[in-house]
Amino acid sequence: MTGSGVNGMISMEGGRVEESIGELRRTFRSGKTRSAAWRKAQLKALLQLIRDNEDKIFEALKHDLGKNPVESYRDELGVVEKSVKYSLSHVDEWMAPKKSSMPLIFFPARGQVLPEPLGLVLIFSSWNFPISLALDPVIGAISAGNSVVLKPSEQAPACSSFLANTIPLYLDSKAIKVIEGGAEISQQLLQQKWDKIFFTGSPSVARIVMSAAVKHLTPVTVELGGKCPTIFDYLSSPSDTEVAVKRVVGGKWGPCNGQACIGVDYVLVEEKFAFHLIEMLKKTIKKFYGENPKQLKDISRIVNKHHFQRLRNLLEEPLVAASIVHGGLIDEEKLFIEPTILLDPPLDAEIMTEEIFGPLLPIITLKNIEESIEFINSRPKPLALYAFTKDEAFKRRILSETSSGSVTFNDIMIQFLCDTLPFGGVGQSGFGRYHGKYSFDTFSHEKAVLQRTFFLELEPRFPPWNDFKLKFIRLAYRFDYLGLILLLLGLKR
Amino acid sequence: MAEDSETKKVFDAEAAGSLMKELRGTYASGKTRSYEWRVAQLKNVMKIVDDHEKDILDAIRADLSKPEQESYIAEISIVKSSCTRALGELNRWMKPEKVKTSITTFPSSAEIVSEPLGVVLIIGAWNFPLLLALDPAIGAIAAGNAVVLKPSELCPATSSLIAKLVGKYLDSSCIKVVEGSVAETSALLEQKWDKIFFTGSGRVGRIVMAAAAKHLTPVALELGGKCPVVVDSDINLPVAVRRIAGGKWASNNGQACIAPDYIITTKDFAPKLIDALKHELEAWYGKDPLESKDLAHIVNSNHFARLVKLLDDDKVSGKIIHGGQRDKANLKFAPTILLDVPEDSLVMNDEIFGPLLPILTVDKLEDSFDMITSRGKPLAAYLFTNNKKLKEKFVKTVSAGGLVINDTVLHFAEKTLPFGGVGESGIGSYHGKFSYEAFSHRKSVLYRGFAGDASARYPPYSDRKLKLLKALLSGSVVGVILALIGWS
Repeated sequence: MTGSGVNGMISMEGGRVEESIGELRRTFRSGKTRSAAWRKAQLKALLQLIRDNEDKIFEALKHDLGKNPVESYRDELGVVEKSVKYSLSHVDEWMAPKKSSMPLIFFPARGQVLPEPLGLVLIFSSWNFPISLALDPVIGAISAGNSVVLKPSEQAPACSSFLANTIPLYLDSKAIKVIEGGAEISQQLLQQKWDKIFFTGSPSVARIVMSAAVKHLTPVTVELGGKCPTIFDYLSSPSDTEVAVKRVVGGKWGPCNGQACIGVDYVLVEEKFAFHLIEMLKKTIKKFYGENPKQLKDISRIVNKHHFQRLRNLLEEPLVAASIVHGGLIDEEKLFIEPTILLDPPLDAEIMTEEIFGPLLPIITLKNIEESIEFINSRPKPLALYAFTKDEAFKRRILSETSSGSVTFNDIMIQFLCDTLPFGGVGQSGFGRYHGKYSFDTFSHEKAVLQRTFFLELEPRFPPWNDFKLKFIRLAYRFDYLGLILLLLGLKR
Repeated sequence: MAEDSETKKVFDAEAAGSLMKELRGTYASGKTRSYEWRVAQLKNVMKIVDDHEKDILDAIRADLSKPEQESYIAEISIVKSSCTRALGELNRWMKPEKVKTSITTFPSSAEIVSEPLGVVLIIGAWNFPLLLALDPAIGAIAAGNAVVLKPSELCPATSSLIAKLVGKYLDSSCIKVVEGSVAETSALLEQKWDKIFFTGSGRVGRIVMAAAAKHLTPVALELGGKCPVVVDSDINLPVAVRRIAGGKWASNNGQACIAPDYIITTKDFAPKLIDALKHELEAWYGKDPLESKDLAHIVNSNHFARLVKLLDDDKVSGKIIHGGQRDKANLKFAPTILLDVPEDSLVMNDEIFGPLLPILTVDKLEDSFDMITSRGKPLAAYLFTNNKKLKEKFVKTVSAGGLVINDTVLHFAEKTLPFGGVGESGIGSYHGKFSYEAFSHRKSVLYRGFAGDASARYPPYSDRKLKLLKALLSGSVVGVILALIGWS
């Protein structure tokens, strides 16, 4: 698409990586990135970048993943625009020191927490949302006043190229750089000293990243994934059920055709409703994607041959293939796998032990929907948990008895758009979080500052020790001011 | 195989595995989640410290020869006040936090719910052996986790007392103490924890983080660094000197992560400062500090030898202007002041963690700020001054875990301030509410209804849907209305 070398990748030698990073460190040391004015200017420029290049971005996403412009806007550009605007309107407030109230015993003293940038940050983004998962963390890093290196995924080469070529035209290239490449470049980058590493991707690569971070005690945030379950309780209203099914279908095959960390992985439903649910799912799939989904009209394709083969292997296990109740058509050349529904595949098959990350939807039936809690708890903690239910007691049980990055009731994926909610995993789905102010915080150090004056010294703090001083300290720690006064007046034993 | 009652069972990988299995089972039962359970445990921690104050002080004295008052201030009181605070605030901390939602997700409501991480490992340090094991544990328990405590083996009396008292007073199906050193710690580190909280050196911190990386376990590392004290001339010298000396020598004889490591002052002011320090030291510890009962000992012969090496360095031995006396047999080391040691000497490169205090003189204090920041961000940095501009510059340019103006170490006791490092001095923070959060997962919860389903989200896609989505995502109410009108 851009013609800058094989697969549009620019490879850098070790020396050049070090040089670029040296420049970024010098820029950070100069203090340039600290001012609110600089940060806002960068954010505004990023907004302009998105607005000026909408068509180019649509094209790159179509090239890499076959995304339709509506999907691209909904899941990528729109998200970035919203994040930039939110950060722009809040960054001054976030930068301000926070006062904390000091107890009287410290009088006179002033305490505050002052956020400051960590310094030089490295951001790895993934291939499934190659624009938003690259730029969203960058927005956080910039708002917090850091210098940034972005390493976009090489598995989305057109988007990687777009970012590498366009960001320098809008943002301060002495402070923000895009470095393209594959595993080799990533390894080189990981040898350098970073003040923070932000990683979105798979657990196996996350381990490599965190192990490399040990050398310099670099704090990391890892945004992973997991098997995000969707509990589908019986809904008495047919129109509610219809909406719920639309949301499940939209939440499974809409975002990058199932290749999403918070997409629906599998559904849990009571045996007696399974048939009805499957019928409704089939109907809705037809409504959304037409009679011939192979045309890939409003659905992304599988990203590459490697993932295509991985997904095909999931389906080829004999008992799994036998459980297909809808779909199953595949086309290797077009990297197409039809929206596929499976009914009760074996729980020890790979499709039920590994994160699917594709257009296959297992429906697991239970005798009673409450069993879903135990089912979910016997598996690793996912990034998101979804539940369609109107039963308030059941909602409370789900909330208190399961653990996941987040929980959304009666919808899918939409929590991603809420800037006031932290977005991140727990257990195997990752640690750390971002979005909104949490993005700012994740790239900041909250420095505690205590200011004292020379007035009013508390002698008993210091040696030489004696009984009086010990008594004083006991009372002071209990904030027993009356006791202290009595002691000082010689009236306390 | 005959059971030999004298040989202790070795805590190996297998033992660690079954410990983990047991705790996971207990945690899964939900026992640690209730408010009542947490309160009961916290009250019992309080009881441990209240009812066994003497035993604790005796153990710490046996291990470190720390003066009783120091142990009381630095260890017992802080544990008590942490418990009190946790008990008083727990209800508030456990409540879900409601958050606003925007038109983008309308209609919806959202909240953030705190939940425990699960089964956590806390590794304590030797310099404040009770505090640095129990204080993090208070946070972990308040947050509803199952806990394994590994107290420092360099303080055997305290470690064994902690094991005994925790076993007696706390719920041992959920809170356990594992004693031991490298072998036992390694066995523990092989397990998959939901969080590891470590206090200690950067070297061991790296070992902990590397083990955590294998399981992608989040860590909190409370390390150290060379905490500088910048001293201006226009100050209340007697008060400043007491605070500096207190932070240095009354805190475990300099063996503290936030103890002042070295001083920077002007060439002109140095003589006055040195005189005042010498005067205060004599008032506190007498003419022969090795005889004073108010000075803590060096923890063991390894660290003693390390400190001797720092002093015997050729570049440094001629720069001693006060102190230098030591007693190897009793591990006693006198407060020692050095003047203008070379910047490349050992004593200026490693964290001292002892009673040696180098004083570096400069022409202008502002010039020293660069020197500080080039050395790796310390856990704390201190400035004594009445000059507002200097204060502002210091606060702005010096990056450290925490800063204190006109005092030392006190921020440790202020529970509304997060206590933790940055860069080489550590990852994460705790104290007060921050302790609770360090051991919690804050789960986002979004509630949606079935009304107001924007069909623009779904295929088949069209240009009109694109327009509506743009309006929705931009949060513009007018845009949404216009798009909807245009739609129909």
